Amino acid sequence: MTGTFVGMPAFPAAARTALADTQLRSNLAHATSTIRAKREAVVGEVEQWEELRLSGAAIKDRALLDLEDHLVRLEAALQDRGVTVHWARDADEACAIVGDVAQAHGLDELVKVKSMATQEIDLNEALAARGIAAWETDLAELIVQLGDDLPSHILVPAIHRNRAEIRAIFRRAMAAAGRPAPDDLSDEPAELAAAARLHLREKFLRARMAVSGANFAVAETGTLVVVESEGNGRMCLTLPEVLVSVVGIEKVVPTWEDLEVFLQTLPRSSTGERMNPYTSTWTGVTPGDGPQEMHVVLLDNGRTRALADEVGRQALRCIRCSACLNVCPVYERTGGHAYGSVYPGPIGAILNPLLRGPDADEQTESLPYASSLCGACFEACPVRIDIPTVLVDLRAQVVDAHRPSRKPEALAMRATSWLFSSAERLRRAEGASGLAGRVMERFGRRSAPGGRRTLSRLPGPGVGWSRARDLPAPPVESFRAWWRRTDGGRSEGDRS
Amino acid sequence: MVTCVNDAMFPDTGRAVVSLLRRLGVDVEFPEAQTCCAQPMVNTGYLGEAVPVVRTFVDAFAGYDAVVTPSGSCAGSARHQHGLVARRSGDPGLVAAVERTGPRVFELSEFLVDVLGVEDVGAYFPHTVTYHPTCHSLRMLGVGDRPVRLLRAVRGLRLVDLPGAEECCGFGGTFAMKNADVSVAMGGDKARQVRGTGAEVLVAGDNSCLTHVGGLLSRQQSGVRVMHLAEILAATEGAAS
Repeated sequence: MTGTFVGMPAFPAAARTALADTQLRSNLAHATSTIRAKREAVVGEVEQWEELRLSGAAIKDRALLDLEDHLVRLEAALQDRGVTVHWARDADEACAIVGDVAQAHGLDELVKVKSMATQEIDLNEALAARGIAAWETDLAELIVQLGDDLPSHILVPAIHRNRAEIRAIFRRAMAAAGRPAPDDLSDEPAELAAAARLHLREKFLRARMAVSGANFAVAETGTLVVVESEGNGRMCLTLPEVLVSVVGIEKVVPTWEDLEVFLQTLPRSSTGERMNPYTSTWTGVTPGDGPQEMHVVLLDNGRTRALADEVGRQALRCIRCSACLNVCPVYERTGGHAYGSVYPGPIGAILNPLLRGPDADEQTESLPYASSLCGACFEACPVRIDIPTVLVDLRAQVVDAHRPSRKPEALAMRATSWLFSSAERLRRAEGASGLAGRVMERFGRRSAPGGRRTLSRLPGPGVGWSRARDLPAPPVESFRAWWRRTDGGRSEGDRS
Repeated sequence: MVTCVNDAMFPDTGRAVVSLLRRLGVDVEFPEAQTCCAQPMVNTGYLGEAVPVVRTFVDAFAGYDAVVTPSGSCAGSARHQHGLVARRSGDPGLVAAVERTGPRVFELSEFLVDVLGVEDVGAYFPHTVTYHPTCHSLRMLGVGDRPVRLLRAVRGLRLVDLPGAEECCGFGGTFAMKNADVSVAMGGDKARQVRGTGAEVLVAGDNSCLTHVGGLLSRQQSGVRVMHLAEILAATEGAAS
């Protein structure tokens, strides 16, 4: 699979760079706290929210359990309505299919509806290599594309940009891509949106082919669904003659009725709206109305690998709402680029390793550790993906892939296991620590509030801790030693 | 279960639990065979290494009515992670033992409020305090406002709200070392919120999280001390620290 930002370092190093960017920190804190508050308000007003979460998880689990059957039914229903169905094992196959359709019509450009699947397969880059320009029409995707930038959020890919930066990008890059931004463009949101609207309008009216993804694919009817906010999707889905939709195989739901749940949970979880402004559903070709040639590319690209993972397969329930990103304290501070993928944040920390294999490379291996396991993501997830549990399981897979290991961490964990497997060993170790505590009590120089001696500079691997944090000096007597000396506090006396 | 962190680093917390529970008429024992809940290994991905530690845990606590611990995180580990470790070990005896022990493990505030049915434990602590709900107590165990109800009943204590209280402090076990920069950035924001409350004392139900935030507060010479909930609840007039 691609969709990986080439040359990206492992998470801790990438995060360090991001943390030092004060503009980024400020943009992210503002954007995530705003969207968190919106989400909380609209989720809070749904009395049966927990039931909707359970239903969403159950529908997705049912779809995944008999995935093959549902996909075959979907294929048949699509073909009945005049749609050509393609199956793509990986990114290369999917990109080739889309490129071939464009070339068959002699096209050198197309317009795009915002789509995670096409980001994942690096479709724009593959098409560019064949001389075909793919124009993003979602406002935030346009900002990212014009800025020659990378997306940093699933729903709001330009979340790392503020309006002053967006103005600069429009002024700099719009002219080369089509209609230029006006000379007197300010950073007022309405003016920025107007500039984008005029720029895009030319492309909508000229385009003969569009590429979309799909939020849902209904097996029973062969209906595809796109949920969006700007109307650019509606333009792409209705104006051009040719429409190609790249759909991950996990997007299938068995019945039309299943949409009832997700069309309630998705907008509330993602944009914090009761209902999104545009919900487009289309079922094959309608003669004389809309695109007259339709293709659907059913994309695997690691999804069957994820499906085979007993603990991790629940990640395929994901409806790409990005609620987990907005509530994640790690994401809020690092932003999306640090995760090195179009899928950042908590869902990215599990989805990327599941799609690629947890030990694919050093960057992928670092992702399951990019979490404090605080559980805010699980709480926010509208399809109840237990992200912390999947993270821990993936960590175990990373560790097991390297056994036997002589890394300091592996040795330390073996020693800890040995120590904690016997209370007698632990007691002796604490005795040594108490001795150190006695020395430090006499010579330790700093005191924490409350009077306890602290250590400000730890040796060896402890330096990672003590660069910014003090650590209390070990006590002179462990709890265990106190219990033994005083008979469980019943004969309290001075320590000899 | 005193926990390995409290045993080795914060014995005063363990002693506070003992004196508090005895004051409330509970027969307290400390099975000396106990060591650790195995969470450091589990959360770093060393499930194989966790197996003998979980075995030690279930052996040490077999036969008790209730296992009380001053840690939301360790209670969460025993209730929600030991099953995972036991199943991976392939030992049906361990699976059964874990299923017997797990449900009898209580975080301190759960035991006081749900099992003993008390909120006023007769404590006296004349200081301004703010409370940080630790993630595992909040989201893994669902302790809710039990700790706050206990604190509100403490005589002399003034409880002030902590803005953004439910956001993680950034400790996260080995996360604090493996992703030290992000961990410190999260903890720095938490410390800033704590200082903004004007409280003298930051209280929580997990000494691990308090070591992290307290380490930052100490480095900043902030004048805010951190204390475990048990130590405040154990404090009485004349003996208050």
